[in-house]
Amino acid sequence: MTLIKTTIDRRSFLKVSALAGGGMMLSFSWLAGCTPTTEEALELPKEWFELNSYIKIGENGVVTLMAPNPEFGSNVKTSLPMIVADELDIDWKNVIVVQADFFKERFERQFTGGSQSIRQGWKILRTAGATARQMLVDAAAKTWNVPASEITTEAGTLVHKASGKKAGYGEMASLAATLEVPKEVKLKDVKDFKIIGTSKKNVEGENIVTGKPLFTMDYTEEGMLIAMITHPPAFGLKVKSVDDSAARSMPGIKDVFIIKTLADDYERNGFDTTTFTELVVVAGNTTWEVMNAKKSLVIEWEKISDTNVVVNGWGGKQTVKIPAGLESTTEHKAKMAEWSKKPGSVRRRDGDPEGAFKKAAKIIERTYTAPFLAHNCMEPVNCFAHVTAEKAELYGPIQAPEFIMQALSARLGMPREKIHIRLARMGGGFGQRAYGHHMVEAAAISQKLNAPVKMVYSREDDMTYGIYRPTYTATYRAALDEKNNLIAFHIKAGGIPETPVHAHRFPAGAIDNYLAEGWQIESNITIGAFRAPGSNFIAGAEQSFLDELAEEMGKDPIEFRLELLNRAKTNPVGKDNDYDPERYAGVLELVREKSKWNESQANVHRGVSAYFCHNTYVAEVLDLVIQNNKPVIQKVVAAVDCGIVVNPDAAANMGEGGIIDGIGNALYGEMSFQDGVPEKNNFNKYRLIRHSEAPKSIEVHFVKSEKDPTGLGEPLFPPVFAAVANALYKATGKRPYNQPFIKDLNTSELRM
Amino acid sequence: MAFINLNVNGKKQVVDVDPKTPVLWVLREHLNLVGTKYGCGIAQCGACTIQLDGVAVRSCQLPVSVVVNKEITTIEGLSENGDHPVQKAWLEHDVPQCGYCQTGQIMSAVALLEKNPNPTDEQIDTAMNGNLCRCGTYVRIKAAVKTAAQSQSN
Repeated sequence: MTLIKTTIDRRSFLKVSALAGGGMMLSFSWLAGCTPTTEEALELPKEWFELNSYIKIGENGVVTLMAPNPEFGSNVKTSLPMIVADELDIDWKNVIVVQADFFKERFERQFTGGSQSIRQGWKILRTAGATARQMLVDAAAKTWNVPASEITTEAGTLVHKASGKKAGYGEMASLAATLEVPKEVKLKDVKDFKIIGTSKKNVEGENIVTGKPLFTMDYTEEGMLIAMITHPPAFGLKVKSVDDSAARSMPGIKDVFIIKTLADDYERNGFDTTTFTELVVVAGNTTWEVMNAKKSLVIEWEKISDTNVVVNGWGGKQTVKIPAGLESTTEHKAKMAEWSKKPGSVRRRDGDPEGAFKKAAKIIERTYTAPFLAHNCMEPVNCFAHVTAEKAELYGPIQAPEFIMQALSARLGMPREKIHIRLARMGGGFGQRAYGHHMVEAAAISQKLNAPVKMVYSREDDMTYGIYRPTYTATYRAALDEKNNLIAFHIKAGGIPETPVHAHRFPAGAIDNYLAEGWQIESNITIGAFRAPGSNFIAGAEQSFLDELAEEMGKDPIEFRLELLNRAKTNPVGKDNDYDPERYAGVLELVREKSKWNESQANVHRGVSAYFCHNTYVAEVLDLVIQNNKPVIQKVVAAVDCGIVVNPDAAANMGEGGIIDGIGNALYGEMSFQDGVPEKNNFNKYRLIRHSEAPKSIEVHFVKSEKDPTGLGEPLFPPVFAAVANALYKATGKRPYNQPFIKDLNTSELRM
Repeated sequence: MAFINLNVNGKKQVVDVDPKTPVLWVLREHLNLVGTKYGCGIAQCGACTIQLDGVAVRSCQLPVSVVVNKEITTIEGLSENGDHPVQKAWLEHDVPQCGYCQTGQIMSAVALLEKNPNPTDEQIDTAMNGNLCRCGTYVRIKAAVKTAAQSQSN
């Protein structure tokens, strides 16, 4: 049992509850968002008693749990309330989950991203559950006049064994809600968890499969207008003039205008990434009418000049240059090849890498590249806004509501207290929806029109507005002595506009002489987090290189990695190694066992890969066969160490998704540019993985663990790039170095 | 603008729209049936899949004028209480992640199983290949289609 100091202060609760009484929390038809988890669930209660921000209990024992974080598909709307429910000790079937609005004063953390929801919510949510449980116990103790320490709870029932007294939570809720919040509460032992570690279905499942309005795209209200934007067709261009005469006379069109979303001297925060701050807006009655009118606009564009913006991000305040120019992929490639040969800035140095390379008997050097990627959330960018003189109401897909408040407040000229963000279910996020500038656009449009507005991007607008995964390259070098021992390791990696180097990650710490260098080239093409930033490229490059190195050294690829990890465990090199070699080795050993790595099968080509990022360890083995002269991925087996697994089946689902996404991007993903124009603007040109290309089966195995849980949204994604590359090598005899791999795949080389 | 007679989910409806308006937007913005999604607008992603006289079609490029008096079925018309065998199979396998593409996936799966109650893996791939899922739930979708096929044959 863990004793924990509560950070919850009764007075702040009451204060925010009073705010909620004004209609803030429940203003948005909250019953529509309710999802009783089974048919046998109790009826809705007549009255709710709020025990804290996360928990309301009805007089009949029904419990409402608030899901604090926005949902983009990682199932946090189910798994976060499960954590509260377990400590509260209730029956999951009597739980109603409600999506919380963005409400900083009530919820400690409302950010979905970085695979951190479960990890950082763990203690907060357990404390919320345990605190409310204790208040119910205290209420029963007071009512029955018995010591609180003699009262136990079980699935929503309070029991005093000695006197035989029993009561449902609902009977004690009204008194409990008036009691002092305990200063200290006991958290459960892992062995006592009843809900955590059991698979619970997605609380939104029925609403999804019946097509209920769950997304902002589905939202409508009385008097709402539809607005669409036109942004410049190329990075490096801006609006010069607009001829809107045709558009204005088209049916259903209300207005055409230009908006500027950020002032030139606005000091941005780290998430204020936006490409085009000036947009042409068409507003009207229906999406189809507005789409047609948008096509009739005649817009002249002009080139931008070098611009400086001030960004006050996590790394402190800095001036960032947005260079002028119309960039093309061919130039990007040439520049990156040139920079790869120049010295980079040193990120880590152990021993004497230069000396070791000088006396090496053999040096292996390989260079890997990957293109820009578009996120391509299935739900295109959109946002609802209703801005009046008094307040701003926003409802939209947003992973990081906190980080867009500053820009909203600055643009609307309104204090934060008057801006209310309702968190919509997102039709995908993948990092891109962490940048909430679409909310500023919708709000500015609503303010100008003085009407409720839903702003909608077309697919083409969405795919070409930027915030891409950067393009990267990495050059790996390994020095071997006469006996084929690895004596030095060198990575130099860069990208446009950032480097993917994580200098303290494996195999740093396992090799005496080690050097990591990074570099970056500026660009006006905007980038942002994309599922496992940096790792989504460097894992594939590193794990492909280690595979090639193992072969060169005559070692089994899993055995080779285990040897390195054993070195890092028993006699680590350097400081700051940011991984636990034992847990890393653990997933490799588990995947070796589960994939039956040592039993080769005829005509099956296998690739292995392992990576640690976002606090979770993953190893994967991918089996590929050749059918009809095409590579077909038969099976992927993954081993994962994320500590305690909160919702096992949903966790496996997340892992399967990461694997399929990784295979898709490794083989097909690519955004390219010509004179600043993104060359792909819809799914006829941008190739995403489809049903027939997905693995025939995926197994996700979890290491049994009692460690605090870590996240799963990202960690299974990065290593699969190398599992694909290493299996393709076995099938073709040729190692793929440049993503997307499909481009260089010569089917005549496939081995049956 | 013109008055157009539609038969949606067994109900006769009249809408006053430009006859060139795609069925997708008529469903979503005139009939408030938002389960059919906008994904690409060029019939490449399958999020807008509906059934037209029992055949799965993409509604985003289908002018409303050509569906007059044809039977349109959307996700909302698949079952009264979300208990069509395909919907049930989807819940059993807990398929969705973000959920945006899933109604289109279900509509394609239903049309497949109506034609071919016991499809092979390859037939499922072929029938479903026009439906993109960015979250990567393909393996679960296939499992759910098989479960639905089995439950329908019992």
